[in-house]
Amino acid sequence: MREAGLYCPGGDFYIDPWKPVDRAVITHAHADHARAGSLNYLCATACAPILRARLGQEIAIQALDYGNSLTIGTVKISLHPAGHILGSAQVKVDSNGYAWVVSGDYKLDPDPTNQPFEPVRCNGFVTEATFALPIFRWPSSAETFAEINAWWQQNRDDKRASVLYGYSLGKAQRLIAGVDASIGPIYTHGAVERMNEIYRQSGVPLPPTVYAMEAATKDFSGALIVAPPGMNGSAWLRRFGNFSNAMASGWMQVRGHRRRRAIDRGFVLSDHADWPGLLSAIEQTGADQVWVTHGSIAPLLRWLNEKGIAATGLQTQFSGEDANPAEPEESDAA
Amino acid sequence: MRRFAELYFAIDGSTKTNDKVAALSKYLREAPPADAAWAVFFLRGGKLPAPVPSRLLAEMAAESADVPPWLFAECYEAVGDLAETASLLLAASPDRRTEETLDQFITARLIPLRSMDKTEQRKFLIESWSLLSAKERFVWNKLITGSFRVGVSEGLVAKAVAAATGLAVNVVAHRLAGAWRPSAVAWEALANKDATDAHPGQPYPFSLAHPLDSEPQALGNLDDWVIEYKWDGIRAQVIKRQGEVFLWSRGGERLTDSFPEIVAQFAALPDGTVIDGELIAWKDAVLPFADLQHRIARKNPGKKLLDSTPARIFAFDLLEWQGQDVRSHNLDRRRELLHALPLHFSPVLQPKDWEHAAELRLGARDLLAEGLMLKRRNSPYGVGRERGVWWKWKLQPYSVDAVLVNAQRGSGRRASLFTDYTFALWDNDKLVPFAKAYSGLTDGEIRDVDAFIRHNTLEKFGPVCAVKPELVFEIAFEGIQRSNRHKSGIAVRFPRMARWRTDKSAADADTIDSVKALLPETIKP
Repeated sequence: MREAGLYCPGGDFYIDPWKPVDRAVITHAHADHARAGSLNYLCATACAPILRARLGQEIAIQALDYGNSLTIGTVKISLHPAGHILGSAQVKVDSNGYAWVVSGDYKLDPDPTNQPFEPVRCNGFVTEATFALPIFRWPSSAETFAEINAWWQQNRDDKRASVLYGYSLGKAQRLIAGVDASIGPIYTHGAVERMNEIYRQSGVPLPPTVYAMEAATKDFSGALIVAPPGMNGSAWLRRFGNFSNAMASGWMQVRGHRRRRAIDRGFVLSDHADWPGLLSAIEQTGADQVWVTHGSIAPLLRWLNEKGIAATGLQTQFSGEDANPAEPEESDAA
Repeated sequence: MRRFAELYFAIDGSTKTNDKVAALSKYLREAPPADAAWAVFFLRGGKLPAPVPSRLLAEMAAESADVPPWLFAECYEAVGDLAETASLLLAASPDRRTEETLDQFITARLIPLRSMDKTEQRKFLIESWSLLSAKERFVWNKLITGSFRVGVSEGLVAKAVAAATGLAVNVVAHRLAGAWRPSAVAWEALANKDATDAHPGQPYPFSLAHPLDSEPQALGNLDDWVIEYKWDGIRAQVIKRQGEVFLWSRGGERLTDSFPEIVAQFAALPDGTVIDGELIAWKDAVLPFADLQHRIARKNPGKKLLDSTPARIFAFDLLEWQGQDVRSHNLDRRRELLHALPLHFSPVLQPKDWEHAAELRLGARDLLAEGLMLKRRNSPYGVGRERGVWWKWKLQPYSVDAVLVNAQRGSGRRASLFTDYTFALWDNDKLVPFAKAYSGLTDGEIRDVDAFIRHNTLEKFGPVCAVKPELVFEIAFEGIQRSNRHKSGIAVRFPRMARWRTDKSAADADTIDSVKALLPETIKP
């Protein structure tokens, strides 16, 4: 670890640095992992267009396909699907026969908008711990989408709009791909629509969506509106008239998180691994040394240590799926 | 049980009163009568003695979910609710569906738990959990730990019962007032369209006051209003019917056995008399509220307590006279009848004008009163909180600037955030804790303070974090008393955060002596 983040001396690069560096390897394009200002970026091929959209078209990016490897300095580096969002990658670093994997954020649950998590055998594994408590066990996404559809349908029958909050990158597209689009039209916030475009261009099929500002109608009853969580309670929502609102997040597993936000419904849907997912991912790597970053670090460390797996905490500036989320760029300009 | 859990989540899942009334009245129409009765009981805040203490439930749930105690504690800290933590951890066991009713769960599972030993309870609980889905388990855990609570008022329940039965809301409210015992029979009596209300101890629903939110001059002519002190006691209703006296608190608690002197006094009244008033502890002057609490806690008090802390009712309204409901008479008429009775009355103040009234209000604190009550003379006795009839014109609270020194995570909707704070004042060069407060900040402020605490924790004592003394808050409170139990030597009533004084540093906070100077003369030693 260095001041700018996780550093690999053999290859002279940082992984997801939080300060500008010469060479940054990026696991995925969420703001807490991909920061502007570095001279060179390396990321998965599917991540590149998103990274450009977020950090600027002019940045220097080297894109690497999943599974291909590259030698930098004395180390060999390869990227492997993390299942978190489109283009998210685990970074594998081979150095003198010792293999490291930095997983970034990941989930094991199926998600039609990106490639599934791939377990990678290694000696040392860096895992996230956003939801590292046994209270977090995700219901199947089929179950959650059935609930979302039922809520949307009920609102449509009650002549209300349905406003659904989810991160503009990743969660929003997973929601749009997963709902039953035959229930009604889908409108989006600008930040969501920008990402939808990139997903579609990358070949991810999404049902048709319309940027809310360009809607041909003023009547949104029966429609689904997908917006970033920061829009909750904002004046931007006024145009939708009578609506019910809901949030899709792993935190919705806990009643207090939903109630604190004064939203009508909370759907449990996360792009992070739940407790059984974390434990199974760690086990599948076969690693004999585990580093744990952002989230419930202490419980996971103790659990692993009690199970005889050497585990150490790693202080980072990643926030995972924040319990009180705010995205940096939430302007509605599409 | 399934239906009741669905009702719970329907109510919990909505912030709109109409949705809640609709969900509850639907439940009441569809559920078996005994279930409807229990639902009304629990939703009105009714409690059964908890058969299983929370600590034991935690232990059993952790064991059943195969989670070590330390991890259970971590989970609890993240969730902030024990019943919920247990239900989330148990969610790994396979769900089974049961058709057992709420009444069956209460009578055949919950009540028997009480007389079991720990081993039997464990067996019984694990069996009951295995019958329920995760959501049902949550509601069930709430019931067995006696912590069931849902965001509805008594008025909302009465409205839903009225909607389900076709009865008028005031009839329902009257039938529900007092200690309503849930059973199929009780539900049928409640829902019965032509029952004559029979129980002699049945109280009337209380009329409630609104806080005065304008200048009193806006109320018009002073002569239209009856003005009294607002006493810091317990609102109570005394009933004398069929040779018996009943004393009820506004919370529906039956206090008859704790106050024999009041029963003796009211026994002399004619049958068919119901009065409304304030229950206070009194010995030549009003005694502090804590003394009254002492009395309430003790049933059949001994002579010593009766002598040291006598209580009385300050009567201020008459609801029933000679067996007739007189609530529709106007206040003047009711008071005329009331004042003919041999009782203690809340003195009626006679200010010259509103300015004079304002002066009297400022003097209320010296009498340990909370301010003034303003009641419209020509008004009938209202049901619930009717606007414009009764106003409470409370004193401005006291306020001091204090330093945040300790913090603890909240529970419920504030789970996992640091929201429970301890504040300290200067005693020479030491900060001495003097009050805890939980409320008064906006969600945004809470997040900022929470972030500060996370980065400035000096030490941890279990769940309590000692925080770098840096943030200053204006703490408002209602009353102040000497206390031997508190390090600071004082105890304050209803402390809350009035403002975050970002303009002040710890050194600018007030001293403990400046707060002690606020102690009323009457109770200075």
